[in-house]
Amino acid sequence: MAEVLVYVDHVDGAVRKPTLELLTLARRIGEPVAVALGAGAEATAAVLAEHGAVKVLTADAPEFTEYLVVPKVDALQAAYDAVSPAAVLVPSSAEGKEIAARLAVRIGSGIITDAIDLEAGDEGPVATQAAFAASFTTKSRVSKGTPVITVKPNSAPVEAAAAAGTVEALAVTFGALATGTKVTSRTPRESTGRPELTEAAIVVSGGRGVNGAENFGIIEELADSLGAAVGASRAAVDAGWYPHTNQVGQTGKSVSPQLYIASGISGAIQHRAGMQTSKTIVAINKDAEAPIFDLVDYGVVGDLFEVVPQLTGEIKARKG
Amino acid sequence: MSLRIVVCVKYVPDATGDRHFADDLTVDRDDVDGLLSELDEYAVEQALQIADEADDAEITVLTVGPEDAKDALRKALSMGADKAIHVEDDDLHGSDVMGTSLVLAKAIEKAGYDLVITGMASTDGTMGVLPAILAERLGVPQVTLLSEVKVEDGTVTGRRDGDSASEQLEASLPAVVSVTDQSGEARYPSFKGIMAAKKKPVESWDLDELDIEAEEVGLEGSWTAVDSAAQRPARTAGTIVKDEGEGGKQLAEFLAGQKFI
Ligand SMILES: Cc1cc2nc3c(=O)[nH]c(=O)nc-3n(C[C@H](O)[C@H](O)[C@H](O)COP(=O)(O)OP(=O)(O)OC[C@H]3O[C@@H](n4cnc5c(N)ncnc54)[C@H](O)[C@@H]3O)c2cc1C
Ligand SMILES: Nc1ncnc2c1ncn2[C@@H]1O[C@H](COP(=O)(O)O)[C@@H](O)[C@H]1O
Repeated sequence: MAEVLVYVDHVDGAVRKPTLELLTLARRIGEPVAVALGAGAEATAAVLAEHGAVKVLTADAPEFTEYLVVPKVDALQAAYDAVSPAAVLVPSSAEGKEIAARLAVRIGSGIITDAIDLEAGDEGPVATQAAFAASFTTKSRVSKGTPVITVKPNSAPVEAAAAAGTVEALAVTFGALATGTKVTSRTPRESTGRPELTEAAIVVSGGRGVNGAENFGIIEELADSLGAAVGASRAAVDAGWYPHTNQVGQTGKSVSPQLYIASGISGAIQHRAGMQTSKTIVAINKDAEAPIFDLVDYGVVGDLFEVVPQLTGEIKARKG
Repeated sequence: MSLRIVVCVKYVPDATGDRHFADDLTVDRDDVDGLLSELDEYAVEQALQIADEADDAEITVLTVGPEDAKDALRKALSMGADKAIHVEDDDLHGSDVMGTSLVLAKAIEKAGYDLVITGMASTDGTMGVLPAILAERLGVPQVTLLSEVKVEDGTVTGRRDGDSASEQLEASLPAVVSVTDQSGEARYPSFKGIMAAKKKPVESWDLDELDIEAEEVGLEGSWTAVDSAAQRPARTAGTIVKDEGEGGKQLAEFLAGQKFI
């Protein structure tokens, strides 16, 4: 059976959920061979094996953290040369897309980004994508070279499927471009203790209607009562009420949770671009004409300062 | 020596219009009003600021696109760019990112450059990978997704706010930079700027001038193929209630019914 390269997104050996979802998709087209780079790479093997990786290629070098993107492209290319896979799958993070794109140029392959589903097809893997702020769904293929495809989080279920997961060291030689862009300092983000926005099953977002940084507490309280991640519209971010890392939309994160709750958000096209594929959508807005109501499964026309605390109280009461 | 800045700008269908696909499954660029991609205005703005700081700089805006794409160039010129290059050729219709990036790379090399600046993503294709591909093709450092950028003594530095960390980056020129919408509001063209733009040079290049064969680009030359495009079914109309004092409780009831609580 053909092998499929899967690029592993991990933090010091802890594999992030989108990579496990990729393994589910990879098994539809072949046998997953994982590529894990950097500190803790070998520690990823156990969980990758549980989810279907037949092999885990690992490499660590200071270049991976000291320079931007290109060292990782060199490593992924080394893995590509070693395996000659039927496809290369990479998580659709900002960095993942850049790594995938540069690899695609080097190996003379077409690239598909931000797939939301993947199936085997007669002429190679068929990717489903959302276009024009998710108002269209397209099906595409790579027609030249080995398909390189990046896949969004929450596009497939995580499935257990035990495989060997044999660890093999990957030999990497860095090219002249690898050290072109130096990372002179790195400030890690402080953890909020809440789920990762793109991976969360429930997202609770606030917009301009929240009317002040101090009021975001009521959005956070609702989120915590549901074990949800917190999102924000660009208007709320631009006003400085909530960090940009939490922005949902075209120029923020694109989320696809089971449940999305929008409070004080009008539902502009650029916001919808990042949340329209959510399974269930709920909105609270005092303007009955707000476009967000076109998307909702359930909407409450009312003042969020009344509705949200009441909702949070009721959830807490029901959960006991 | 003058700092040569090339800004890549894309002409895109208006996101607030009724965007759709044409019969050949390419983006319909005829039926929907187009404009300079808002995200590329940030690239033009940063170029203008970098040029202001430099002793001597020249900003060229570059687009690959149909006849109407000149509108995008005019807008960038009226913001303050010095000159423009429009790569236009019937054979370009339907190019994917590999084709477009090939054309842009050849045009950038022909124009001559020290610094290439792009937006973070186009608002129609939204791939956000072209800057990285350009760096790969040009063989120069990639300094992408910057929310802050500075150029001094032949070195570009900037801040990249990633998912797990905020990074400070540094590279020597020549380099490819992309900037996000966090890099600072773009200026509006002034009346004077609009008038001045009318006299600024706009060159038109075709594929011959860039030594690119028709087969390397366009729909036929694409390395990806779109097999189908379907409008997402409208979401079934949901329940909408007006809050009469019990709105939060009603919503909780709905969420419980859906097993979220
Ligand atoms: C290139 C580009 C990229 C963009 N990217 C993004 C993006 O990634 N994400 C994004 O979100 N936007 C993005 N935008 C901006 C987008 O167009 C909108 O401006 C933005 O989404 C509006 O945010 P909002 O809904 O919070 O604010 P508004 O549109 O001002 O809506 C606020 C809503 O709150 C309601 N409200 C006010 N007070 C209350 C109350 N007490 N109780 C209940 N409801 C109340 C109002 O009725 C209103 O509907 C982008 C724009 C451009 C041009
Ligand atoms: N046809 C084009 N002409 C000029 N610049 C482009 C074109 N397409 C994309 N770009 C540039 O590349 C950036 C990223 O585009 P993309 O990867 O297509 O999302 C845009 O913000 C533009 O700066």
